[in-house]
Amino acid sequence: MAIVELKSVSKRYGDKGANAVEGFDLRTLDGEFIVLVGPSGCGKTTTMRMIAGLELNTGGEILFDEQDVSSVPAKHRDIAMVFQSYALYPHMSVYDNMAFSLKLKKLDKAKIRQRVLEAAKILDIEHLLDRKPRALSGGQRQRVALGRAIVREPRVFLMDEPLSNLDARLRVEMRAEIVKLHRRLKVTTFYVTHDQVEAMTMGERIVVMRDGKIQQIGKPNELYDSPVNMFVAGFIGTPSMNFLKATRRGARIDGEGCGFAPAQALLDQVDEGAAVWVGVRPEHLRPARAEPAGGGAGRLSGRVEVIEPLGAVTLVHLRVGETRITAQLEGRPQVEVDDELTLECDVESLHLFDLEREHSLGLQATPRTESSVALG
Amino acid sequence: MSTPVDIDQSRQGLGGVLLTLLAYAVALLMFFPLFWMLLTAFKTEQTAVSLVPQLFFTPTLDSFREAMAQGSTYNHYAWNSLVTAVGSTLIGLVLTIPAAYAMAFYPNKRTDFTLVWMVSTKFIPAVGVLIPIFLVYRSLGLLDTRFGLLMLYTAMNLPIMVWMVYSYFRDIPKDIIEAADIDGAGVLQTMVRVILPLALPGLASTALLVTILAWNESFWSIMVTNHEASTLAAFIASFRSAEGLYWAKLSAGSVLAVAPIVVLGWCAQRQMVRGLTFGAVK
Repeated sequence: MAIVELKSVSKRYGDKGANAVEGFDLRTLDGEFIVLVGPSGCGKTTTMRMIAGLELNTGGEILFDEQDVSSVPAKHRDIAMVFQSYALYPHMSVYDNMAFSLKLKKLDKAKIRQRVLEAAKILDIEHLLDRKPRALSGGQRQRVALGRAIVREPRVFLMDEPLSNLDARLRVEMRAEIVKLHRRLKVTTFYVTHDQVEAMTMGERIVVMRDGKIQQIGKPNELYDSPVNMFVAGFIGTPSMNFLKATRRGARIDGEGCGFAPAQALLDQVDEGAAVWVGVRPEHLRPARAEPAGGGAGRLSGRVEVIEPLGAVTLVHLRVGETRITAQLEGRPQVEVDDELTLECDVESLHLFDLEREHSLGLQATPRTESSVALG
Repeated sequence: MSTPVDIDQSRQGLGGVLLTLLAYAVALLMFFPLFWMLLTAFKTEQTAVSLVPQLFFTPTLDSFREAMAQGSTYNHYAWNSLVTAVGSTLIGLVLTIPAAYAMAFYPNKRTDFTLVWMVSTKFIPAVGVLIPIFLVYRSLGLLDTRFGLLMLYTAMNLPIMVWMVYSYFRDIPKDIIEAADIDGAGVLQTMVRVILPLALPGLASTALLVTILAWNESFWSIMVTNHEASTLAAFIASFRSAEGLYWAKLSAGSVLAVAPIVVLGWCAQRQMVRGLTFGAVK
């Protein structure tokens, strides 16, 4: 277990190449579960590989328990990593795969056996120990890869999209397993994923990255409730947040087919006549009640284009002015394609973003994230 | 009535038959010289040179007896062939494995160029470098030594070995190397305990191929050796005489020379085909 700290860590490939990672600042708690999330090419895997020592950081420092490990080779960092491809040794049995690192450490045989059996028991793979990886299913291989990592009793766990090769059902199962495993072992863990659902459900803290820079660091609900910019707002939450262009007119912010009455504090951030992006999450929209009884702080109307029934909820895609938006409505609303539909939302569900720089208006970024927030 | 699918299948069938026939024809064409050599080895000198080629005749072992007349001579040449072919393969593997490892797993921008450059040395006709090598060998006292020939064979086969082993190594996912690194394995441990077991089929077929190449090599064997280090290739050439070629004896000598390697190749053909297509097919 270790406190991992990254101070202005950057990575540049070649002399003239762009920075793959830039100014990455983060300090974990001991035993914390950190998820690095972002789209492909955002630098999350590179960051993890730098923590592992598989890539050297070209700038900044990486510290394990206040000790700079930037130039320490991977094998001496006392970390364990689970690869996306599992990277099991195909010619070794499951037992040998798990015992390999312990044998290299020259532990005595009885100790190795004890540690491997313990890990196998935790992961429920005791019956597979004699098999070769090719004789295992994807889920079993994943467990072996986890087993190989936990027998080491490392200071830091690194997991690089470990569930992306599994089918949807197995992924949900393994997600819970990994969380349980972390609770049990309490080892500081970095988990890389591009799946925001994984990030939200697993992470104690989430680092959202884009173009090599941290966009926001926070607990799952912080990111959901208070995204610092449109990228985070759009990335966290499924379906994605809707963005509508609107202009302040007095106490209201109106756009084509939509109108909002945000709280005064939020309204104060927008100059009279200035245009902004208004963000509303699909799940915060509901069919508008008849006025004047309808009390929504925002109303938007449009023509229904697509209806996607999901059982418990229904996704309704509609065109409001020139913008396509999605609403996640409870149950099975009585709407048809081509119907005109008016939706409303509450005042607390409104987000305003700067039109050009796309950062959140009215959100006081906390000092913890302030330094690392990229505002375009 | 035949459906379009049937027509397609029958076309495929016809194409398949033609291809198979072609394959047999090519195989026969390649096999024929060997077959004729084997046949001639069991003929007398007279039947061997008769104007009408004879397929049916009374076989005799005379040519073998004559070729083996100085039994120790054959053994001497065979031993030299064995030492130089196997020795050069082993030394080649020791040099190749780290080179291919570095190129496959830690490539830089000059890796491709280096590989092409190495293989391009094979484009030079051997005779083009004969004089410099001969002079160097003479001044180093390496002429007609097994060690000298062994070095030449190693150098001769090194590019092809590096190229082949490199392609096998490239098929091993880099994640596995990194996993070994994180598990605490050093370069040597990673190579011995992870890479080599995984690349074993490829290494075996490479070793087999270059052993065959070295065994069959004749140019350098004849040029830089006289008797002491001469291999079976020189043994065969020794059947040439001023009076002409003794076909039956020459064939018997050739059969004796190629027999060990043919047997080896026959036993390992499955392995070789697998190894040779290992990198290419993927």
